[in-house]
Amino acid sequence: MYTYSDFDAAFVAERNKQFRAQVERRVDGSLTEDEFKPLRLMNGLYLQLHAYMLRVAIPYGTLNSGQMRQLAYLAERWDKGYGHFTTRQNIQYNWPKLNDVPDMLDALAEVQMHAIQTSGNTIRNVTADHFAGAAADEIADPRPVAELIRQWSTDHPEFQFLPRKFKIAVTGSPNDRAVTKAHDIGIRMIERNGEAGYEIIVGGGLGRTPMIGKVVRDFLPQADLLPYLEAVVSVWNILGRRDNKYKSRIKITVHENGLEKIQELVEARFAELRPEFSGVDQEMLKGIQAQFAAPAFRNAPVDAYLAARDADPIFRSWADTNLREHRAEGYAIVQISLKAHGETPGDATAEQMRVMADLAEQYGHNELRISHEQNVVLPHVHKSDLPAIHAQLREHGLATSNIGLISDIIACPGMDYCALATARSIPIAQEIATRFDALKLEHDIGHLQIKISGCINACGHHHVGHIGILGLDRAGVENYQVTLGGDATETAAVGERAGPGFSAEEIVPAIERIVEAYLEQREGPEETFLQTYRRVGLPPFKAALYPEKVERAHAA
Amino acid sequence: MPKAFTPKVITANALQEGDVIYLTRDGAWTRNLSEAEVLTDEADAQIQLLNAEARSSEAVGVYLADVAEGLHGPEPTHFRETFRRTGPSNYFHGKQADL
Ligand code: HEM
Ligand code: SF4
Repeated sequence: MYTYSDFDAAFVAERNKQFRAQVERRVDGSLTEDEFKPLRLMNGLYLQLHAYMLRVAIPYGTLNSGQMRQLAYLAERWDKGYGHFTTRQNIQYNWPKLNDVPDMLDALAEVQMHAIQTSGNTIRNVTADHFAGAAADEIADPRPVAELIRQWSTDHPEFQFLPRKFKIAVTGSPNDRAVTKAHDIGIRMIERNGEAGYEIIVGGGLGRTPMIGKVVRDFLPQADLLPYLEAVVSVWNILGRRDNKYKSRIKITVHENGLEKIQELVEARFAELRPEFSGVDQEMLKGIQAQFAAPAFRNAPVDAYLAARDADPIFRSWADTNLREHRAEGYAIVQISLKAHGETPGDATAEQMRVMADLAEQYGHNELRISHEQNVVLPHVHKSDLPAIHAQLREHGLATSNIGLISDIIACPGMDYCALATARSIPIAQEIATRFDALKLEHDIGHLQIKISGCINACGHHHVGHIGILGLDRAGVENYQVTLGGDATETAAVGERAGPGFSAEEIVPAIERIVEAYLEQREGPEETFLQTYRRVGLPPFKAALYPEKVERAHAA
Repeated sequence: MPKAFTPKVITANALQEGDVIYLTRDGAWTRNLSEAEVLTDEADAQIQLLNAEARSSEAVGVYLADVAEGLHGPEPTHFRETFRRTGPSNYFHGKQADL
């Protein structure tokens, strides 16, 4: 696993020292809020509705047991005993006090963690496929590339005052689990004629104006990556609109200027920049790759696993739903659901964090991942250890078999915490999960992703949910707008608005009607919701959502 | 015709704790909406707002929030303010637990 260099450690220590002094100066009145705010945001500290919120980066979603235990410690010592894992592979603490934050940052630094570039107009925490280094379908591990980008972009002098935030995601698999097409830059590691390279996607993004990224370079040789990225960012840094924050993201720049013009400018800038990269970056990449070497997988029988499957239907259901195929024989990727029915999506208590840390240490080569779906992953587990792991998880409310199902909902904090929210999202997620659990239908329904945001900023990825829910404020009342047919994978699509929104009381029954319509329309259990939607389109779902309109139309 | 001025309270987050605070009649900050002073005159409200904003080492993000006058002091008229004075709905945390 990657360990930071002394340079990184010294850099973080220096930043923490600076921030401690800044907090002191804020508290004694020598800094105003206007002066302090950008400084605290640079260190991941937001002010929300009820309290401050500290956002801690988990670069490319990878952490070790010691780090997870430290996250548990922070939750207990300075928060209310839990943390919230987000779609950006971060953890957020909802209740820190300003004076405690420097201590929290120091405690994080002890385990090589920090909150730098989790906010502000910088290149943010680079995200990667949460199955990196483990997935059976992987061409190459995306994390060394993500780490290389992190090193290149962190405190890069040209990129501290960008027009707006900038988000990069990397995947090394043809099956995109990193939502690369909804990022400012998406990088797909590919191979062409035996040569490794990248497909570069630009201009994706959600928020107010959702856009699916476009391929700006279909094959970029490996050694050209950093100069090319620098060219993209620098073209946007000049063209990007600083006059209007809603038009500042690169997706708008690409949209307004057209892909061709962007391509031209990027290639021209790239030609200038390329000679400046002497190959040191490729040496660095090699060094980083060595640190991401796969653990030593063992060769052992899987009889215990097969026996448990036969003997225990609960274990079997969990295994069928929550495991994914590993590239090593006899191994599995374990997904731990943080979506127990009725609980807050993405939340884990300090105790649960410790249990997961212990399991990773004992059975999982000390590694954990955070997925953008707000779940935790043990990437390398030998199948013979699965029964023991499952038993432990069950004891701590972590064995819900619902990965990829209707109750595995992404939800942003919404009006329960977020100062920008227009409506709540968490209670809607809780009610939907509880309802479908009571109906005992979710395994029958199969793969169906619901994603909920509490405002137009789309932190809950609602545009790319199979069913998306957007919470709005309609004349002082919470109102929920539904989109259908969104897709977050390599076939990314933005969902279609279904029609007028629903009140908080109406939204769960409305979701139920959508699901009933799907069950009626599907050709068989193998046809997923999204496939059915793509085949039949919006009309049958619209009819189910707004039956009174159909009746009126018939009566007329 | 300009919109009639509706009753307001001055609210913010406390600088150190981050929690929601309101301004009382005697110029102190309270955690309790029911103890906040209700401002009914627009000019007065603007002046009080400026004064409160100047107290930047105590409060962050000062603004005027709409309220209705109830039996036990001011009551929120918008659900956002209801959450601010209560706490989140997914856990019994925040003011609902602390006050
Ligand atoms: C609670 C404090 C939060 C604040 C103040 C906040 C603020 C914002 C804002 C203003 C945007 C829109 C940016 C733009 O379009 O330029 C945004 C986007 C986003 N946020 Fe958050 N957010 C918060 C929490 C979260 C959480 C908890 C998550 C993860 C669950 C998250 C994930 C995202 C993602 C993925 C986007 C990307 C949409 C895009 O820009 O394409 N945010 N956030
Ligand atoms: S989508 Fe809106 S409500 Fe939800 S976390 Fe983002 S900014 Fe807050």
